[in-house]
Amino acid sequence: MALATADWNPLGEVFYRKTELYQMEWMQDLYKYNVATAPYGGPIALIQDESKLVAKVQGNIKPTVYIYSAAGREITRFTWNSGHVIQLGWSNTEDLLCVQDDGGVLVYDIFGNFKRTFSLGTEVKDTKVLEVKIFQTANTTGIAVLTSTYRIFVCNNIEDPRVRRLAEVPGLQAPPSSWAIINQDRQTRALVAKENELFLLDHGGQYQQQTVDVSIPVESFIEMSVSFNNKYLALFTNTGLLWIGSADLQKVYCEFNTKSAVRPTQLCWCGTGSIVSYWAELNLLLMVGPSKDWVKYSYDTPVTLVQEIDGLRIIGNDTHEFLQRVPPVVEEIFKIGSMAPGAMLYEASREFGKGSQRADEYIRMIKDKLDLAVEQCIEGAGYEYEPKSQKALLRAASFGKCFLTDVRPETFVNMCQMLRVLNAVRDYTVGLPLTYTQLQSLTLPVLIDRLVVRRHYPLAVRICQYLKIPEADGASRIMAHWACYKVEQTGVEDEAIARSISQKLGDTPGVSYSEIANKALDVGRPELATRLLDYEPRAAEQVPLLMKMKKEQLALSKAIESGDTDLMYMVILNLKEKMSLGDFYMTIRNMPVAHALYLQYCRQENLKNLQDLYYQEDNFQEEGDCRVKECYTEERLESRIDCLMAAMECYNKARNEWAAKVTEEQVKLLKYQRKMEEELNKPYLNLSLHRTMYQLVKENNHKLAETLKKEFKVPDRRFWWLKIRALAEAGDWMELDRFSKTKKSPIGYEPFIEVCMENHNRFEATKYLTRVAPENKVKCHVRVGQLKEAAEIAFQQRNEEELNFVLSKCGPMHKDVVTQITGMKSQLGAKR
Amino acid sequence: MSHLSSGRVNLGILRETYRRELLECIDKCTGSKALVWDEALTGPVGLIAEYPLLKEHEVDKMFPLSSGRLPQSSVQNIIFITRPKLALMNVIAENVRKEDQSGSFRKEFHVVFVPKKSLLCERKLKELGVYGNFNIIDEFSMELIPVESDVLTLESESSFKECILENDSTSMYYAAKALMTLQSLYGIIPSIHGKGELSRHVCDMILRMRREMAGSEPQITPQIDTLFLVDRTVDPLTPLLTQLTYEGLIDETFGINNTTIKVPPEKFAKQEGQAMAEVPTEPKKIRLNSAEELFAEIRDKNFNAVGPVLSRKAKLISAQYNERHQAKSVSQMKEFVSKLPHMQQAKQSLSTHTSIAELVKEVTDDDQFMENLRAQQDFVNGLETDKAHPYIDDCIAKEEPLIKVLRLMCVQCYCNNGFKPKVLEYYKREIIQTYGYQHILTLNNLEKAGLLRQQGQRTYPVIKKSLRLVVDEVNEQNPNDIAYVFSGYAPLSVRLAQILTRPGWRSITEVLQMLPGSTFEEIQQIPVGLRKRKASITSTHSNTMDQKVVLIFFLGGVTYAEIAALRFLSQQEDGPADYIIATTKLINGKTWLEAIMENVVPEEGNPFLM
Repeated sequence: MALATADWNPLGEVFYRKTELYQMEWMQDLYKYNVATAPYGGPIALIQDESKLVAKVQGNIKPTVYIYSAAGREITRFTWNSGHVIQLGWSNTEDLLCVQDDGGVLVYDIFGNFKRTFSLGTEVKDTKVLEVKIFQTANTTGIAVLTSTYRIFVCNNIEDPRVRRLAEVPGLQAPPSSWAIINQDRQTRALVAKENELFLLDHGGQYQQQTVDVSIPVESFIEMSVSFNNKYLALFTNTGLLWIGSADLQKVYCEFNTKSAVRPTQLCWCGTGSIVSYWAELNLLLMVGPSKDWVKYSYDTPVTLVQEIDGLRIIGNDTHEFLQRVPPVVEEIFKIGSMAPGAMLYEASREFGKGSQRADEYIRMIKDKLDLAVEQCIEGAGYEYEPKSQKALLRAASFGKCFLTDVRPETFVNMCQMLRVLNAVRDYTVGLPLTYTQLQSLTLPVLIDRLVVRRHYPLAVRICQYLKIPEADGASRIMAHWACYKVEQTGVEDEAIARSISQKLGDTPGVSYSEIANKALDVGRPELATRLLDYEPRAAEQVPLLMKMKKEQLALSKAIESGDTDLMYMVILNLKEKMSLGDFYMTIRNMPVAHALYLQYCRQENLKNLQDLYYQEDNFQEEGDCRVKECYTEERLESRIDCLMAAMECYNKARNEWAAKVTEEQVKLLKYQRKMEEELNKPYLNLSLHRTMYQLVKENNHKLAETLKKEFKVPDRRFWWLKIRALAEAGDWMELDRFSKTKKSPIGYEPFIEVCMENHNRFEATKYLTRVAPENKVKCHVRVGQLKEAAEIAFQQRNEEELNFVLSKCGPMHKDVVTQITGMKSQLGAKR
Repeated sequence: MSHLSSGRVNLGILRETYRRELLECIDKCTGSKALVWDEALTGPVGLIAEYPLLKEHEVDKMFPLSSGRLPQSSVQNIIFITRPKLALMNVIAENVRKEDQSGSFRKEFHVVFVPKKSLLCERKLKELGVYGNFNIIDEFSMELIPVESDVLTLESESSFKECILENDSTSMYYAAKALMTLQSLYGIIPSIHGKGELSRHVCDMILRMRREMAGSEPQITPQIDTLFLVDRTVDPLTPLLTQLTYEGLIDETFGINNTTIKVPPEKFAKQEGQAMAEVPTEPKKIRLNSAEELFAEIRDKNFNAVGPVLSRKAKLISAQYNERHQAKSVSQMKEFVSKLPHMQQAKQSLSTHTSIAELVKEVTDDDQFMENLRAQQDFVNGLETDKAHPYIDDCIAKEEPLIKVLRLMCVQCYCNNGFKPKVLEYYKREIIQTYGYQHILTLNNLEKAGLLRQQGQRTYPVIKKSLRLVVDEVNEQNPNDIAYVFSGYAPLSVRLAQILTRPGWRSITEVLQMLPGSTFEEIQQIPVGLRKRKASITSTHSNTMDQKVVLIFFLGGVTYAEIAALRFLSQQEDGPADYIIATTKLINGKTWLEAIMENVVPEEGNPFLM
């Protein structure tokens, strides 16, 4: 194995190394293009640089936009048809942003499909854009433009394009000599250099002049660069002085004189530890560290630089390299002569591989720091790009682990998993050259999203499965994206797409078929959408979409299947609005559940409607019931009778003869009641037949009561009850007595006693005692309070049970009765 | 609320979940708040969160929802808490409009729907032109309310009527949702059994909902082993009969609402100890739940067995009080004093229940009560059912309450497998002539519900015999069969549950066919890791752990007597199952029929005016 430190360059105390990521697949000369590269190993967009184009070819040739992966593999190309593009850039979701000179921003996806466009406002449009800076904020992407009036406009979030105009820099008559966007503490500010003066323009429309501590007088700051984390700033003067400090200009780290009066083509931070300037004319890279140390790299062809969180990517015509500070842990392990535990363990492992006993010696040397050594090797492996050295380090860690008793395996296992994932996405076919540090900053879900954006569905799914990410967050979400992509393939038959989607997705939990269907609908394939919706298990998702697709009937039956009545109501009412009334009734009549619900709706909202419905479908019984209800809301008797007549007709049609009959009787009763009210001048209305008669009896109107009894065929038993209760209540004891003698009572004579007692007339009650049937005599005597007599009768009847009953009714003042009963009981007992 | 947590399945968790959700709803708006309550919700929500708790969350005022103007208040937010009913939307809209017109300083309006947002109601609010006035439209998914450690209720009064008479199964959807909530808290229930069409519908919905939420199921070992769904229409007989347990009789006499009863205050005046001259006129409110030791002991007993327990307790307490005479040393005295609070509490509780029992006894000692009971028992025994019964006749003639008459008629009808046409028409005519023509609607409803009907197949004798609905020798003091709850009649629904757990329904296939609605069984697959390990034969664990937990859901209501019977089964030493009871509503014959009846009040005013 080659010496690990071979490609290390010292920069003061630390080392920098340059790793080759890819040999570029493309055959392009970067010289001809404007280049835009997304961070985190993102795609590269190229557009012909018109200034150079014009020089070569005269005429109005439309430029071409190319999009390549980080490995130089072409993803797409398309001809630019719109206005003059000032700047290309990438959003945090890897959408291509093309900013035109009129302030229009066109958004394309990574495959060059147009997504949307928005404008930076009329003021920008009118004054034209000179320069554009695309910057990343906490979780979104922003755009800042400099117009020909030398004003800066900022849009903080391209998802929600609201444009703010920053304050004017006083006395600015020419383009600022340089400017940059600093995004800190959720605030976006622009740092603008007007020759040697610096101004900080904030969001609120205010500006502050800044003073910067530079050892020699400065004429003009002609270039500036903000570090990836927005904490550090580099300034470049027209005399070639490079100033490195904090972004708030408060701290100075170093000043370095490059002695170049030429403005660098690019000024970039390499991580946070050094600053790299590139001069295209010289094909020269100069890296300067914070303590004035420097390293120079020469190139044969033009390159472009991309800032990353932990380093700098250098993209050239042929190669794609990564320049980074050698991570301290790697340095400890590989530095020549290092005695760090990790280095020793690494050596031990190598010796062990060779079968040398020196392995043991190394291990002994670090015995008590072995856990640290293992940790170092694991961590170190994470920073290696070559699988070979990753393996060597992991092998060393694993070797060291053997000598430890209680190591938690998680870190080792996690590192192995992460490296597998990283190596998989670094493969040139995928072309995502992420480092471990970048992945941690980017997070795994975002990585998976990026794979999805690149349509590497199988890889994404496999990663999710490998890392055991829950289906709903992982595999099924990816599948859904795949399906949405599939749906857009216009060349394929609906049938085939639906089949292949359902085959792949099956009923994978968490897949939202309605989302896919919605997509299908958006791309104008309603048939496919319908087919897909069929697979959607959640009715609440399915039904609204079906309605949107105007498949109301289907929506209705799906809603019914779900059992969610609210959903059903929605569809039903929607149908009602859209269809003619006749069609609507026809439709819901075939669906009993929907029909019942609509009736329920009418019951609450509109009774008249309900009645009409019943009428239309010949449900005469219910229609009759409606009429009856209506009758009770009417104030006038005539209308009541009309309602009842109508109800009667309905009941007749429903062949409910009984109901028709009683309704007819009710009409008759109402007429009687009216007549009586007129004649007797007393209220009878709203009384039942029974109550009417009761009232009449109480009012001594026996004849009329009898008439009603006959007319309405009231049974004798009830009439007797009615009469005696009414008489007793009226206190008409004479009449009660007379009535009891008219004929033999069909209800016996106990009720007479009962009604008398209820009206507190014990005397009258006793009158009827003799006529009571023998089996009830005891009870009746008790009722009127004749306990002694009751006991005697019970004794005569030799009924011990009755005796006990009497006994239970005896209170403290009936001592004599109690003794008597006890005597009787013993007598009865003796006889038996 | 510790009494909720004492069961095998801790229902306290459910209450906590609701509390949290309610507070989240309320906290969504900032500033002082007034809550406007749909009155049907105040009782149930009162069991979940009490007023002081709401006060902590800046609730300054509480109003009942009623038409007209809202009472004056200076709060910043008005939150309407309502069921998704169209009629209530009209009231809310009126409130909002009046408040806006009044020109008082601006308030923010919010609506919280219980248990579910409704597109229909939102649409209605739009139609009424007030939708835009609402800032937050939210839902508080309080479905099953835990009232005891083993009882859950939806408290949906109209559920039976809507489902059976109007074919509106909204409440069944809520029931299914509620079951999903339960499953998310206590694990997927592996086996489902059911009887009846509504049960089938609910079962289908929960199986479907499980598919819908596939992948996001809670990973919990099931705490509930079996779900038994049963329609009230499978056993319409039981609620019609007069309940004879202590709690059942309290319900029949005073009506238990959200665990609270209102009783006449006279009996309770003296026990407060003070020599208050005036007798309170407001009815006294008493909360009944098993947090009270004594009530927990006697609630499920047959009323005839309550007296002895009360007198035994009385003796015990006075014996405890007398201990103070024996206490000689200081430490003995101290011990006695430490017991005092508990004793005083016990004494208080004893005196309350003695008074309640006296009130109940006044009712049960009445001749009418006994005669009514005798008639019921005759019917249940299949005696004198095929002709118009003289007792019912007399009741009608004496204009006894209509509900009582209807209850008896329905019992007779059920036990006779329907009436002969002549008898049915006679009864109906009697009712109309006596109580008024408007009851034709109620009668129609009862017929639609199948509670009154013409004679059909003679199934009752078979059902009665094979399910042993009538038990002659019941011991009311120390029961040996569930029939003790009705002094001789074993509730059909509970019998079904009992047979389901042992020996299984295969033994009664024939009867199941006679009962209405489909009979079904479903298995819900559970990941292997979550399955309960079966106790091995040699295991020495107590059998309570082997007892299966069965959730029995009565769709259409359940009575306290049935709950008592199920608890009796749970407590059996070799009982195979521990029951949790869920229902759409806690009912008795009176409240049940009231919900089915059509309440028509004739329009006031003089119709003779031209």
